[in-house]
Parts: sequence; C-alpha cells; structure tokens
Amino acid sequence: METKDKHIVIGGEAGQGLVTIGQMLTKALARSGYEVLVAQHYMSRVRGGHNTYRIRTGNGEIVSPVDGIDILVALDQETVSRHKANMTESGIVILDETLDPEGLKAVRVPFKELAPRPIYQNIAGLAVVAELLGIGQEVLQKLIRNTFRRKGDEVVTQNLTVLDEACRWTEAHKSSCTPLPPAEGDSGRMVIHGNEAIALGALAAGVKCCFFYPMTPATSVAQNLITYAERMQLIVEQAEDEVAALNMGLGSVYAGAKTLVPTSGGGFALMTEAVSLAGVMESPIVIVLAQRPGPATGLPTRTEQADLNLALYAGHGEFPRAIYAPATVEDCFELTYRSFDVTERFQTPVFVLTDQYLADSYRAVHKFDLAALAPVAEPDTGNEGDRSYKRYAFTEDGVSPRKLPGFSEALVLADCHEHTEDGHITESMDVRVAMNDKRMRKEQGMRAETLAPRYFGDEGASRILVCWGSTEGPAREAAARMRRKGARVGVLSFTQVWPLAPESFMPLLENAEEVIGIEGNATAQFMKLIRQETGFKVHRTVLRYDGRPFTPRYILQNLGEEEG
Amino acid sequence: MIDIKEYGEYTTSWCPGCGNHDVLKALKQTLSELNLAPRDVAHVSGIGQAAKAPHYISLNGFNGLHGRGLPSAQAVKLANPALTVIAESGDGCNYGEGGNHFLAAIRRNVDLTLLAHDNQIYGLTKGQASPTTMEGHVTKSQPGGVYNSPFNPVAVAIGMKCSFVARAFSGNVPHLVSVMKQAIRHKGFALVDIFSPCISFNKVNTFGWYKQRCYELPADYDPTDWHGAMEKAQEFGERIPIGVLYKNPRPTLDSRYDFLQKGPLCKQPVDHGTLDTIMDGYL
Repeated sequence: METKDKHIVIGGEAGQGLVTIGQMLTKALARSGYEVLVAQHYMSRVRGGHNTYRIRTGNGEIVSPVDGIDILVALDQETVSRHKANMTESGIVILDETLDPEGLKAVRVPFKELAPRPIYQNIAGLAVVAELLGIGQEVLQKLIRNTFRRKGDEVVTQNLTVLDEACRWTEAHKSSCTPLPPAEGDSGRMVIHGNEAIALGALAAGVKCCFFYPMTPATSVAQNLITYAERMQLIVEQAEDEVAALNMGLGSVYAGAKTLVPTSGGGFALMTEAVSLAGVMESPIVIVLAQRPGPATGLPTRTEQADLNLALYAGHGEFPRAIYAPATVEDCFELTYRSFDVTERFQTPVFVLTDQYLADSYRAVHKFDLAALAPVAEPDTGNEGDRSYKRYAFTEDGVSPRKLPGFSEALVLADCHEHTEDGHITESMDVRVAMNDKRMRKEQGMRAETLAPRYFGDEGASRILVCWGSTEGPAREAAARMRRKGARVGVLSFTQVWPLAPESFMPLLENAEEVIGIEGNATAQFMKLIRQETGFKVHRTVLRYDGRPFTPRYILQNLGEEEG
Repeated sequence: MIDIKEYGEYTTSWCPGCGNHDVLKALKQTLSELNLAPRDVAHVSGIGQAAKAPHYISLNGFNGLHGRGLPSAQAVKLANPALTVIAESGDGCNYGEGGNHFLAAIRRNVDLTLLAHDNQIYGLTKGQASPTTMEGHVTKSQPGGVYNSPFNPVAVAIGMKCSFVARAFSGNVPHLVSVMKQAIRHKGFALVDIFSPCISFNKVNTFGWYKQRCYELPADYDPTDWHGAMEKAQEFGERIPIGVLYKNPRPTLDSRYDFLQKGPLCKQPVDHGTLDTIMDGYL
C-alpha cells in the first residue's frame, strides 16, 4: 500500500462553493487516472459554519482519509487558522491575496482579477489547484463543458475563459508546489460516493419502490433513486414520517415490489415498530441505515458506528435478520444488491449499515459489471395456487413459499399477530411455539451464507486489528505503517456483522498474540457482540466517537505507535 | 354477481350485537354486487376490534399495526394497481394513532377505500375515550368526562378537499352498501366513516341514539358543493346526515405513473441496459 499521494483540503463556510470545487477536482483527478478518496466534513446548516471537503489522491491504493494536509485551499481566514497545525512539511495554502497565510507557505491568488464575478471563483480556485497538481487542462475543459452544458454556451465559454486565465496565472507560480507524479491508474472509472453506489446496487437488483423521510446522511440514497425513477420505472415516495415510510415499504413488499427504505438513526428509531412487523409478517425488505452520532439528534452531519446495537435489536420480539456493513463504495453496491436476494430468500428484514463518512465519500471505481451479477430471488407470481394456500406454511428451513395477492386463486393473508399457517390470529401455545421456531430456523440458513470477514496481512500475524464497515480502510493503512516498521500485523474486516459465523474467523483470533478492536463508538459494540457469540474478548480497543472518521494517525497514536 | 359464500364465514371475537357484524355483512354484499373476486381485493387493517376484519372474510389480507394500515394500503395499491384496496379500522386507529397518516392519505390521494368503524370509544382496550368521543362523555379513563373536543373526520376530510367523503350507519345496511359501492367505484381516496355502535363500552352512542339521529341525505343533495358539504359535516347532534357528503374528482397518485398502467411492479423487468447507460454518466 505504498502511496505517493497528496491530501487536499478545501475549507470554508457552507455556501462558498467548496463542494463544487471539491467535486470537480475529484472528477478531474479520477479522470486523469489518479486514485481518489473523499471525506466530507460539514455542519448542520445551509450557510456559514466551517466545512471541509477533503480529497486524498495519488497513485497506488488509497483506502483511508489522513490528517496531514499537503494543499489547503482556504476560502476564508478561519480555514487557515483551524488547519495550519495539520500542514505537512511541504504543505502549502492556496488563498485569496487579501487573506493572511499566517506564516504558511502560500500561493496568494488574485481571485478578483481572475474571476470577473464571484460566481466564477470556484472555477478559478479549481484551476489553480489543478494546475499546481499538474492535471492537464483538457480534462478540466471537458469537465466544465459537461457540468455547465445545460446552462448554455455563454456560461460554458465564460467558465472556460476563467479556467484558461487562472491556469496561466498559476503556471508562473508553479514552483511553490511539487505536482503529482504521472497518473498510473485507469482514467475511465466512475466517480461515485457510498450512497450513490447503494442506489445503483438497488437499481441493479430491480428495486421498484423506495419510501423515505429526508434525514442526513441517508437522504442522498433516495435522492439518487429519484434522479433515475422515471428512466428505471420505480416509485420513490416521500412519506409523511419514518413510521409511514417503513409501513409503506411493507405494503409494497406484500404486493411483490422490491423495496428499499433508507434512513438514519433518529428515523430508524421510529421505524423499529415496523421492523418488528416485518419480522412477524416475514416481509422481505431492505433497510439502509446510514449512521450518524446520537443519542437523539446528536451530531447530525458527522459520522459514527454506534447504531449496530440498534439495528441488531430493533423491534420487539425475536426474529432473524441479516446486517451487512459495507467498507468500501464497491461494497455498497454489492452488498445492497445481495441484500435484495437474501431478504427475498429468507423473507425477513435485511440491513445495510453504513455511516456518514462512507455515504459521502467519493471514490473512483470500475463500472459495475451488471452482466456478471447472479440473478436476485423473486416471489412467486405464477397463476397456480388455490384456496388451500398457507402463507406461513411450516417448512424444514423455516421459509414458506411466498405468493403474492392477485396472481392466483391463492389468498395471501399477512398478519401482525401470532398466527396459524394460513395467517389467522391464534393464541394456541403449540402454534405459537411452532411458528416462532419456524421463523427462527431461517437464521441457520442465513448463518450458512454469512460472509466471512476479509483478512489483510501476513499469515500468522501476531497482532490483528478487528474492524467492521468503513473502518476497514484506516485500519488497513495503520497496519501497513506498522508492518513497515517490521511488525507482523493483520486486519480482519467484517462486512457482515449479523449473523456471525465464528468458524470463519475464530482460529485466526485465537492464534494471534494480540487482538485489537477498532470501531467508531464508545462502547465497542461489535467487540462485545463477538464476545457474546464466541466468548472471545479482544485484548485492546481503539474507539472513536468524536464525529470524525478514523485516520491511520488516530489509530496509531491510540496504540502508542509511531506514525511511520 | 359473485356468490356471497365466496367471501367465507368465520367465527368472530366481536360481541353479539356489535355494529361491526353489520359492517362485515355490508362489505360482503358490496363486493358480491360489485363482482369483485376475493383474489382481486387486498384488505388492509391496523389494530383494534374493527381491524380484525381481514380475519373474518376471505380476501387477500394485510393486518398491520395500530394506526399504520393506511400507509401500507397505499403502497399495496402503488405496487399493484390491479388490486382493489380496502383499508378497514376503527376511529382510534385512523384518527388517533394514525392521524398523521390519515391526513397524508387524503393529500396523496391513492385510489383506495377507507372503511372507518366509528364507535366513538376504544373497544379492544375496554372503554377509553377515542378521538371522536363526545365532550363530557364519562369513561373509566376519563372519570371527569372527556374535555378534549372531538375530532370530526368528515369535516377535516372535506376541509382538505378529500376526493370522496361519506358517512354511514351500520344500523342501515342497505344504505351502507350503497355508500360502500360508490366509495369503491370512486377513483381516489374514499373515506367512509361508519357509525358502528360499541354495545359493551359506549352506553351513550347506542344503536338507538344513532337510529334516532341519522337521516339520509336527500336525492337532490349536491356532493360537489364544498361549502354545502362543510355545512353538512358540522351537523352532528340532534340530526346527523348520512350518505356521500363530498366528492372531488382529482388525479390519483397511482394514475400519475405511466408505467403503472403496464401492471404490477413485480412483473416489470429490470432494465439493465438503461442502468448501464446511467452508470456511463458517472464515467
């Protein structure tokens, strides 16, 4: 994981256009063939406040955000003061000539001269950074044409002029920054973030309905589906509240439509009643839970991994469920796709447990190969069936044949009470026990298909970092830095956190001298889950719950290691 | 006309003499007269005595959660518009626990019929006040009498220009059947608020009480006149009008989706070709 990379941080107030610069720069870098990894730090407000858009870019594998800043694009003075302590030795700040670089090595840009109107300052800023990094102007020109095409030729031309002038101005000031080495990667990759990948995964699986109530950081899953709703012919409906959203989801699922419900912790808390309904009704539904720090409203726009217990135990009563935890943007696509298959086959809710950092993190990924995807399970829409049909028929594996209303003479009765095989209310002790057992039997089938955790590192590593979800990247990079100093360190990364299949990882943990749990919460929820399921207690933990994503430095410092 | 026996015969847990028996009888007759086969109807409910209805009739059924029948019912219709969707629950479910969903359903206007059993009391939990319980009504939970002013479902619905608003009385089955038929035939969200006396826990609003007061709207009543309908909706006391109070034909949500005209969503294939083009947009 040797990287020759740069960490670019664009900082300023919300509304200053830092996301525009950031997104265009990200695309320009990816299209030039560099790796990119974006972390967005923003405040819960539309204007003002201090936000940053952070791009780590270069050649080689880049899997984690970092702390040290190589290029700081300061749209205001606060950005300089806040971040100057994090500048690397060769770090430079790019700022307007009227701002004070506060002693940092600086490129002071006459933005007023370069941009005829403030609206063009974004492009001027983009041009300066891109030119310093050595990105070809052609890539930027194409990007500008694509971005502003809909606004008309005049806007395109004006932006191109600003780009040209800003690039020329920068050329004269290039000596202050070493450009990136020539790009080694594929320039034809998609630039998408976690939530976009989730939406694409759902579309690939044939999602037909999405019900949601807007809540950061889950909203962009629904927003992306809305963008493609007409072309992909699906219904995305903004519900009156989260309670309605999941109950609607169970209605559409009953009628046979593959359905996705995205939300975040506070919204999910409201949905737990319907999660329980999905459990007893045996409804196949995919719920995306994008974590942010709580309790209650917490830090609405920050990141955390503290809703594992919520997803694991949501809903009263006992019923099986599966919880996936994507670590990468590719995982977001693949695990969402897989969720639709698993939920249909086992007829019980399936969760995609992500977080703000991953949800908003752009990466350059190869276009997903739709032809290579195994088909997703479908309910029975055949016209065979009669009045003897039993929605909840007892079966060996606990999965009853699922028919849909309206396709045959079979009547489908879905019920929230404990019920008989044909879906009618019952208070019979025997039926209760048999039906509960039937539902719980599905867990065995699900467990047999649990994804084994991914292992990175040498065989027989003496130290193992255990993580789940988006913490994989920072853990891998921390381990790589430890290895460079001669340590034998491995990373065990769980992309499915329930049900667990201990035989797939216990030998590894038991053979290690030290097992270190790394997760984004204060109580080591997943490490406790491992202990609960296996009796194994990790030796140490590194926890983060300040609302920021893990970085290798954070992990190493907390382990008392030198950064390397 | 479909034989009424097709809709089954079940033992219920309703008290003998409960108004719900008549509502169930009227529903079966309505479906039979409308020639709606059990397989083509989805019957959705929440929680409460009325909400047990899907267990007492042979139809496709979705017995969901307290107050949440309407969200599920709307989504059933959106996912498969070929189904005739009937939501059925009580006043507590629809106007209390599910109040927000009731308002949203009126606004969203999905083509379905809500049969709201209105007995002005909580029956399943044995006699607490419901949103429609009259002011001053003494119950075990409201020993000093109800001090909340009652919710007027038809006035609220008409106020929001709901697509179809009717009131009926389970003690007048032929009239109830005629109202149910109009509601189910109506394209859009149709509310039928049905007085269905609770003989065990509401000793005020009894069969006799309603019988004395309910009168059928005259033949020349114009349900498209909003102001007139609002006025009729306020009539609740010595005289209570029953019948179709208000009609407002407006586009249903389901009719706004062209692709729904092609049939149920689960039968529509995934278009990987288009998705591939969409992904090209990110390159």
